[in-house]
Amino acid sequence: MKKYSIEELQEIAKEVREDVVKMILKAEAGHPAGSLGMVDVLVALYYGVLRYDPTKPDWEERDRLILSNGHICPALYAVMSHSGYFEHKYLMKLGEFGGILQGHPDKRFLSSLETTSGPLGCGLAQASGIALSAKMDHMRFRTFVITSDGEHDEGNHWEAVAFAGKNNLSNLTMIVDRNNIQIDGFTEEVMPLEPLADKYKAFHWSVIEVDGHNMEEIIDACNKARAIYENPTVIIARTIPGKGVDFMESNPNWHSKAIKSEEAKSALKEIRTMQGKIKEYGE
Amino acid sequence: MVNNKLHLSEKLFKKDIEVKLMRDGFGEGLLEAGEKDPRIVVLSADLKESTRANLFAEKFPERFIEVGVAEQALVTIASGMANCGKIPFCTSYAIFSPGRNWEQIRTTIGIDSYPVKIIGAQSGLNIGHYGVTHQGIEDIALMRVIPNMNVVVPSDYEEAKKATLEIAKIDKPFYMRLPRVDSPVYTTSETPFKIGKANILTESKNPEVVIFATGLMVYKALLAYKELYKNGIETIVVNIHTIKPLDEETVVKQAKLTGAVVTIEEHQVIGGLGSAISETLAKNFPVPMEILGVQDRFGQSGKPKELFEEYGLTKEDIIKACKKVIARKNA
Repeated sequence: MKKYSIEELQEIAKEVREDVVKMILKAEAGHPAGSLGMVDVLVALYYGVLRYDPTKPDWEERDRLILSNGHICPALYAVMSHSGYFEHKYLMKLGEFGGILQGHPDKRFLSSLETTSGPLGCGLAQASGIALSAKMDHMRFRTFVITSDGEHDEGNHWEAVAFAGKNNLSNLTMIVDRNNIQIDGFTEEVMPLEPLADKYKAFHWSVIEVDGHNMEEIIDACNKARAIYENPTVIIARTIPGKGVDFMESNPNWHSKAIKSEEAKSALKEIRTMQGKIKEYGE
Repeated sequence: MVNNKLHLSEKLFKKDIEVKLMRDGFGEGLLEAGEKDPRIVVLSADLKESTRANLFAEKFPERFIEVGVAEQALVTIASGMANCGKIPFCTSYAIFSPGRNWEQIRTTIGIDSYPVKIIGAQSGLNIGHYGVTHQGIEDIALMRVIPNMNVVVPSDYEEAKKATLEIAKIDKPFYMRLPRVDSPVYTTSETPFKIGKANILTESKNPEVVIFATGLMVYKALLAYKELYKNGIETIVVNIHTIKPLDEETVVKQAKLTGAVVTIEEHQVIGGLGSAISETLAKNFPVPMEILGVQDRFGQSGKPKELFEEYGLTKEDIIKACKKVIARKNA
């Protein structure tokens, strides 16, 4: 696997963010805040962590990445396209009838996705089923799952937290997008999650907390998780929803909202000049 | 007369016909399927003894997964395992799975058509004592409505065993419901069983009505057949063990032959067997129909016999419905 410098990763993330804004503008629907907030994590995963071959999406030994919070799929699609899974031109067809990029990830239309997803609270359980199967079959790939913080309200999620802890699924890494917002407002007002790290520890998970916009920290945390043989690992990635676009950052109103073209222009301008901002996080 | 090609029990109408649990048929079938195919894994939501998943668990502990009282996890973990090449059997009670975890089944199993087998034990009114909260009588409707999902309702021990072995071999999602109580083993190991192919149990040169029955109600339909026959009314009894995909060819053919239809199921009349037959006949060959089942009501505690009487699921109810539908046909 090619080794990218942190600067290169930041540059890729900037391009991905531009794509995400353009995609949601064109589609006139989507979840811009969560999508933009997870770009750095996704770029770090695809360019610095995951073992995969975009020309062989069925390769048995590939690492699995399950996107439980399927609503941020614009970011996943954009990163997958940059990684070589499909041509860049498809990005502007997000949510179009018959297109490969459905409004929520749909494996029937894009078979290189690991799962069809969107309804919250299922992804960790599915990832646990994959990780358990891998252990049963002595397969060496690793299973990653991205979950939102809002989806921690779901009972299904905590059932799976208990299950993965019980079964010591050390081949499983979850990355929680801890962006503090959900549809009805701030997570701590809608349904408080803290102390989140302590909750995972109580369920026999290893916990690593990172700045979700610091590529180095994300990659280091994923590598550390590979070396933990006792438990599954949760990486709580503190992110800024809408990262890169000032008027979206940390504003719950942008959780699920189409971008109008004036706003997009302004957003794109900010992303184009944000290299410095990202660098700040990197240092 | 009874269809000889089906090799039904020699004691079909004898008082000492053997009585067994369908759950045992499932448990034994599952064990056999597990011996044949190492991809089979069994998940239990804290009910392994009463679902009979314990037989598999004892023989193959490394392929038995206990998820606790967590039906949503039950099916979503199974989805992940199927994604990774396993053939998971999810065992619980019908009221909880698919009762509690419907959306998870739809999303994580139905859409991508993973070969997960959902076993809803303790279905129907027959669980008796435990009452309304535990009587799964909506499960057929819930599963039938999901694209890609197949629905099987065995009618005795032998059939439950065969059905288990069959659904294990088919690379598709299945729902199979099982009752709590024992029932007459009216078929034999020789009786043919094919998913999607209804069994015509009785034949007649001059049939006046066809009874489409499923699950525990099939044997009651046979008893009704016998009594009607004594009274000079010839009926055809069809065991619809696969509700989806429905054997439309047989359903339409028998409706044409008789011109009158009775359906009976231990399930709500909305969305179950009666609905499936109605939909097919409405499109192909509408005839007068009587639909027996729970008439949009909730259940309650009681002995199975008392409940079947209260909810209109007895041999006498079938006889009455047959006479009524024949009268409608001839009116």
